[in-house]
Amino acid sequence: MNRRMVFKTVGTMLMAEAALLLLPTAVALIYREGCVVYLLASALIALAAGWALWRFCKPTSDLIYAREGFVTVALTWLALSAVGALPFFLSREIPSYVDAFFETVSGFTTTGASILTDVEAMSRGLQFWRSFTHWVGGMGILVFVIALVPGANDRSMHILRAEMPGPVVGKLLPRARDTASILYKIYVGMTLLEIALLLAGGMPLFESVVHAFGTAGTGGFGVKADSIASYSPYLQWVITVFMFLFGVNFNLYYLLLARRFKAALQSSEFWYYLGIVLVSVALISANILPLCKNLADAVRLSAFQVSSIMTTTGYATTDFNLWPEFSKGILLLLMMIGACAGSTGGGLKVSRAVMLMKTIGREIRHLLHPRSVNAVRFEGKPVDGATLKGVSSYFAIYMVCTVTVYMLLTLDGFDLETNLSATFACFNNIGPGLAAVGPTANYFAYNPLSKVVLSLAMLLGRLEIFPLLLTLSPATWMKR
Amino acid sequence: MKIVIVGCGKIGKTILASLLAEGHDIVAVDTDPDVISEISNIYDSMCVCGSGTDYDTLAEAGAEKADLVVTCTKSDELNMLSCFIAGKMGAQHTIARIRNPEYNAQSLSFLRQHLALSTSFNPDLIAAQELFNVLKLPSADKIEYFSRRSFEMIELRVREDSPFCGVRLSDLRRKYPAKFLICAVQRGGEVTIPGGDFQLQADDHIEVTAARSEIQKLMRAMGILQKQARSVMILGASRIGYYLARMLLASGTEVKLIDIDHERCQQMSELLPGAVVICGDGTHQELLLEEGMRSMDAFCALTGIDEQNILISFYASSQGVPKVITKVNQTKLTGIADKLGLDTLISSRTVSSNVLTRYARALQNSMGSNVETLYRLMDGKAEALEFRVEADFPALGVPLKEMKLKRGILVSGISRGRHALIPSGNDVIQAGDRVVVLAAGTRIDKLSDILQ
Repeated sequence: MNRRMVFKTVGTMLMAEAALLLLPTAVALIYREGCVVYLLASALIALAAGWALWRFCKPTSDLIYAREGFVTVALTWLALSAVGALPFFLSREIPSYVDAFFETVSGFTTTGASILTDVEAMSRGLQFWRSFTHWVGGMGILVFVIALVPGANDRSMHILRAEMPGPVVGKLLPRARDTASILYKIYVGMTLLEIALLLAGGMPLFESVVHAFGTAGTGGFGVKADSIASYSPYLQWVITVFMFLFGVNFNLYYLLLARRFKAALQSSEFWYYLGIVLVSVALISANILPLCKNLADAVRLSAFQVSSIMTTTGYATTDFNLWPEFSKGILLLLMMIGACAGSTGGGLKVSRAVMLMKTIGREIRHLLHPRSVNAVRFEGKPVDGATLKGVSSYFAIYMVCTVTVYMLLTLDGFDLETNLSATFACFNNIGPGLAAVGPTANYFAYNPLSKVVLSLAMLLGRLEIFPLLLTLSPATWMKR
Repeated sequence: MKIVIVGCGKIGKTILASLLAEGHDIVAVDTDPDVISEISNIYDSMCVCGSGTDYDTLAEAGAEKADLVVTCTKSDELNMLSCFIAGKMGAQHTIARIRNPEYNAQSLSFLRQHLALSTSFNPDLIAAQELFNVLKLPSADKIEYFSRRSFEMIELRVREDSPFCGVRLSDLRRKYPAKFLICAVQRGGEVTIPGGDFQLQADDHIEVTAARSEIQKLMRAMGILQKQARSVMILGASRIGYYLARMLLASGTEVKLIDIDHERCQQMSELLPGAVVICGDGTHQELLLEEGMRSMDAFCALTGIDEQNILISFYASSQGVPKVITKVNQTKLTGIADKLGLDTLISSRTVSSNVLTRYARALQNSMGSNVETLYRLMDGKAEALEFRVEADFPALGVPLKEMKLKRGILVSGISRGRHALIPSGNDVIQAGDRVVVLAAGTRIDKLSDILQ
């Protein structure tokens, strides 16, 4: 284990965070708010801590392997969240550090679960920082730094792979750095496009930017107590479509940019994703029609909610807590499936769900014809055994984590629906759950232990379990 | 440049690593998913799993826009076909590894022309050629030629009893009449370009440039026995062994070829009528002595097993064979064998990756650099490059001692017309010269890169 290299990288990332903190500082300056001091102080603390790590960890070699990649990513995310929570805590806008940490983790992991009882009371600078964490966490901060800093070595792929979600992480271009930078270019481009479209619909600049950040990272922090409900149908549709778009595998956009339309259209994950969304919208629309004014209204509400939950964003235009059980059931299912691999969304990922279903089909065929040999095909190619095994064991460990988090939450005395949906909503990086943690409520009522558990659940979900699990395992840190 | 490498076995991987270090964008293609995942873990290259003869795989690897496609799978025919497809898809240059001796020079040139291959390479043949050069001048560990052979750059190891030991380089030049230049010294893994105050020590590896006619004088001055190998024992009738034996026989050298496989020996005796072919286990010392190893001028251990080659080479050295050559393919063993005192090590992997690197640099020629020849020396830590001087070189006519050169650069030879010149501080570079430059630790693509 090349510990020094790990800590040195974490140091670099903290310094990058210091730079990122300057953006909300500028916003606070523009609005002449008092929180500017605290933001600046946090940036200086991040810089000092990062510089110390970077300066005093002199690695003897810069070779890293898969496990260093995992540990680097997990520690970076923990460190970033711990430091990122400081502006909220120092400014006393969130008086408890645990709450501030929860809020920041929720931001970086693009969950969007909040402990704030009154979002609108928060200062603009901090509101901006809160949403900006979504944007940074969406594509991944290490990916960002790899894209920017030259001289990333041959092994940066280990870090890229540990931070990017999905069962198989491939490269778009031969160099890790070029791959990271093209991903970020697409990301920035789409975010700007959304800001422009929101502005065109009459949303004020600050709110457009904040909501675009929340959508791009599939996060879900807004600046209004009722999330998106008070905006015009046009704005709601823009956000619906962009949530959907940010839930698509970014490789697809690269293929479109490279004018390889045929290859892009052949992506079966995309078609499954679109299919699930369309079917869910149809079912829920039919189900909630009696509650709505007309069909257009029902479709708009269901499309927004489905898109928001499926991509694990967590914006809401209505209190879906009041919907019929069938619709809530579908939403709970969508929470688990999540977005496409290689997108900014969380959850199990569509590709994993499809592969799991195909594996089940294969097992049934195998029981009928014990001697049959069946290859599982996905994206037009046979999937190799190692990937399938990885998907199955990921699902197993995913369930184990879900149950563990749920059991720890039950200590807190809420009802089953609340605890279960809170577990799902945090672990899959969605945000709002059902019942007491529904879209109109928040996580404030949970006790500090539960908040820490949920924070860890969010990190587990965003980093796809293994990085954090490896970091917490003592065997990783042994000399041999 | 964008380079696609099809087939990532031992040779493919070595080529990949060295081209990646040159700063090219590499896409690796292999049929084995394990190999692909290993490469994606170690190297910063894109990886595609699939067959190199599959159109879709090549399309995914981006062969149509590639500047260079190198194929080195196990099968010659696959390599040619894959190059052919890539070429038709639009790849600028294609290189196939073709190693079966059945493809002789005539059929190769026919195939190259009709399959539109840019070139082909045969690692075993290149390695054998290098061995042959060494055997012609057994006191050197390696020899490289420049400018139509007017210059030679030889690698030597300074032995304990050498008169060069402990002498300052400035004195050395005065002491010996031969015109030569010690242009690089490797000591304990570090490569330096020595100044006049530098003192050589035992076990230093040195690179010396000299005109061809001066080499003999220099060797005599160093007190090294200088005799072309007249009788050579080759252990292992591998492809390298076969090529080497063929070359040696053609130059009138006695060859004794030992292999354990009877069928192979039979084949060799048919192909090489002049050689003495022995069927037996070369690891038996008794057999080696019986076949007169002690009276041989040189011994080459070329079996497929590195460890075996190293051990037998030690035995040969202990029996007093003047020149022992060892084939070592694994890079990590190379270091060990070198430390233990084996002089001449050869590996077809490094040899072919050198050839590919040279080719890639030459391709970049048309994109702004004008390297004529390139050799990588001392485990790739230094490079010797030859340039033709164009009229726009900014330091024409400036004496070398007044030229502001970058660190780690040495002008080590100038050839002007038919004359080879070992430069001193007062010499100048003129348009039309060919200049040999040694670069350690810096990369140069064109001659003006040597200036600060």
